[in-house]
Amino acid sequence: MRTLHSICLAALVAAAISGRLSAQGAELDTYVQSLRKVQPEGVGHREASYAWGQLVEQADADSLPTILAGMDGAGPLAENWLRAAVDAVAEKQVQKTGKLPVDRLEKFLAHTNHNPKARRLAYEWIARVDKGAPERLIPGMLDDPSLELRREAVTRLVTSAASSAKANEKEQAKATYREALVAARDLDQVKAITEALAALDAPVDLQHHYGFVVDWQLIGPFDNRAGKGFDAIYPPEEQIDLAASYEGSAGDVSWKQHHTDHEYGEVDLNKALGKHMGVAGYALAVFESDHEQPAELRTGSENANKVWLNGEKLSEAEAYHANSAIDQYVGRGTLKKGKNVILVKICQDEQTVDWAQNWVFQLRVCDSSGKAILAKDRGPANPKPKKVEATAAADAS
Amino acid sequence: MIHRMIAFATLLIVCGIAVSSLQAEDWPQFRGAQSNSVARGKQPPSEWSDADGKNIAWKVKLPGKGPSSPIVVGGKVIVTASSGINQDRLHVLCFDVADGRQLWERQFWATGRTLSHPSSANAAPTPASDGQLIFAFYSSNDLACLDLDGNLKWFRGLAHDYPAAGNDVGMSSSPVVVGDVLVAQVECQGDSFGTGIDKITGEPRWKVARPREASWASPVGMSGNAGIVLLQSPKRLSAHRTSDGQQVWDYEVACDAISSPTSIGNTVYVASKGLTALKPGDKPEPDTLWNAQNLQPGAASTIIDGERLYIVNRAGVLNCATTADGKPIWRVRLEGEFWGTPVIVGDKMYAFNKAGKGLVVAIAADGSKGELAGGGQLDGEIQSSPAVADGAIYIRSDAHLWKIAAE
Repeated sequence: MRTLHSICLAALVAAAISGRLSAQGAELDTYVQSLRKVQPEGVGHREASYAWGQLVEQADADSLPTILAGMDGAGPLAENWLRAAVDAVAEKQVQKTGKLPVDRLEKFLAHTNHNPKARRLAYEWIARVDKGAPERLIPGMLDDPSLELRREAVTRLVTSAASSAKANEKEQAKATYREALVAARDLDQVKAITEALAALDAPVDLQHHYGFVVDWQLIGPFDNRAGKGFDAIYPPEEQIDLAASYEGSAGDVSWKQHHTDHEYGEVDLNKALGKHMGVAGYALAVFESDHEQPAELRTGSENANKVWLNGEKLSEAEAYHANSAIDQYVGRGTLKKGKNVILVKICQDEQTVDWAQNWVFQLRVCDSSGKAILAKDRGPANPKPKKVEATAAADAS
Repeated sequence: MIHRMIAFATLLIVCGIAVSSLQAEDWPQFRGAQSNSVARGKQPPSEWSDADGKNIAWKVKLPGKGPSSPIVVGGKVIVTASSGINQDRLHVLCFDVADGRQLWERQFWATGRTLSHPSSANAAPTPASDGQLIFAFYSSNDLACLDLDGNLKWFRGLAHDYPAAGNDVGMSSSPVVVGDVLVAQVECQGDSFGTGIDKITGEPRWKVARPREASWASPVGMSGNAGIVLLQSPKRLSAHRTSDGQQVWDYEVACDAISSPTSIGNTVYVASKGLTALKPGDKPEPDTLWNAQNLQPGAASTIIDGERLYIVNRAGVLNCATTADGKPIWRVRLEGEFWGTPVIVGDKMYAFNKAGKGLVVAIAADGSKGELAGGGQLDGEIQSSPAVADGAIYIRSDAHLWKIAAE
């Protein structure tokens, strides 16, 4: 009889705790949802600020996967509100006990469909309390959707390849560097790996590796005095007729074929169209895709620019001579199966200072991770031997 | 019910802020509480050495780069940093002034453009505080508001809201708290604006269009008029009501794009045609009190201490002049290149060059003379400005934060 009483009592207590926990879980979820609702210009801040305080006060370390999962599908603003909550809860727990629920966080990390940033954050907290975690987890992350996790896996390979090279095991070094190159997405790592490969007499065709478009049709110059050409709609924006000629700012202009040999795909319009100031030029490429696929058109230019894919504007930037870099501007669109038209407008201003004379751009096509998407009719890679110093490999970490 | 709780919580926060105030020893923003780079109180040491630890109270490693300067609030040092191959990791760090122990860290992901000149970083603007809240701003135009315990109050991405806002050379304008409004300047070739933000909620109060041209100068509250903020651009300096952003006067003359204005009483000193002193009145343009072509600030902003002003020019020469008429008094050649603005405490000026060398200039009691009188070398490149609180100097490089104080 006493046993029966004990069982009933235990059942009642368990039910009460379970009810309390599920009620608490529901409240936490409400707070997470409030954070997910923040919008630009402070919309939703009052509710989110209250919810953040409640969430951090009520959540314990076991709630971390729930808050992390709140980042799935969240916008960049909400991601930051949630991230701060994860850090505050985890920090409190680590300061108190020095421990976190590593198993649960690892389970979250293992699901690669979760938000890559949330997974990286989970990893960082795991690594903070479990010093063996990098050795255990990173080697399997060479193809991880989180570029930060992938970067660490690449670093390990680069270190290994450098050791092989130092031991004069050239073939092993080349194989390992090549494996690293396939996985690498960060430009500094790619640069270091390709330089190391070149030093091992295994040069890499960077144009091909990155997916730079190298064959263009160019036309210009059109008038861009006082910057008015940026928004002006010249004939190439209205119709594509490679046989046509138009009135430009320095006489009639017509399309010219252009191929760039620059290893990073730079097209120098000063050389191709002539040195002009206060002008706009267009570049057109036909890109054949073997299937419909999402794609990013990533541009680098210190000139004002616009990029269209099949008539849809993907990106624009009206800034002159304020730095340039590979992948500076990212336009997202969809390549249709078959022929796609990429149109780029590059505007030069009228500044006379030395540092404002370049009229140049580069463009590559890639997936969302930065991996090159090559046109169906693109030829094979054609690496050219190049003398480089074998010092960069160590900088790839 | 939840809305009533939120309203009550907001009221509590507002009441808390209303009764709070900065402590006299705090250094709550870029160039100090008065934005004039002058501290009162105990004198920091005149010599220090990173190599042997002389007068180095503590030194801590930072997780990222940043030309931003530390601030000191309520016994805590706050510093921002940015890291990651794309400079997209934003850090806010809080250290105990007593021992340099890290009290907390918060990180955010940049939502705006993170590219900058290699010598700069995303963590270029100096954070600001009203004594209870911290406002951490970045070149990517991300803006986080935290309390002194690291609790997030709100987060905004100004370039997320206005995607054409950004400068790939980097942006560095530091925000300023004026009353209950945080003012931020986002001036670039794209979406260029000044904005007043409710410091409690992060909601925009006003947004005014600014010239579409890069500027790195910081907004400054008019010290003689609590409801006015100054916004400086390469072609103008204008004054705006902090309540609604309405322009109250405009000085439409070329101004420096980096060195920020200084306001003492109802006089404004601006790097324009050398250095110009302005006296705003009821007219749409301020009166020009004087203009000194020979006083041309470099990146450092003008320091005003009583009847004397100080500028460091691009050649690294420190010039002292009168605030009354801009007449030169003395000059001393410092050493190296200066990005940060020096500070004055008592009769000494503390300046740090880019190479990490600190220089102390002793200023005669009557102001008639200044001469080099000490300093010390720190390990690292320094582009930040020193913060001073309770006789200690706080300065950061891309890798470390130091407290320099007498042993």
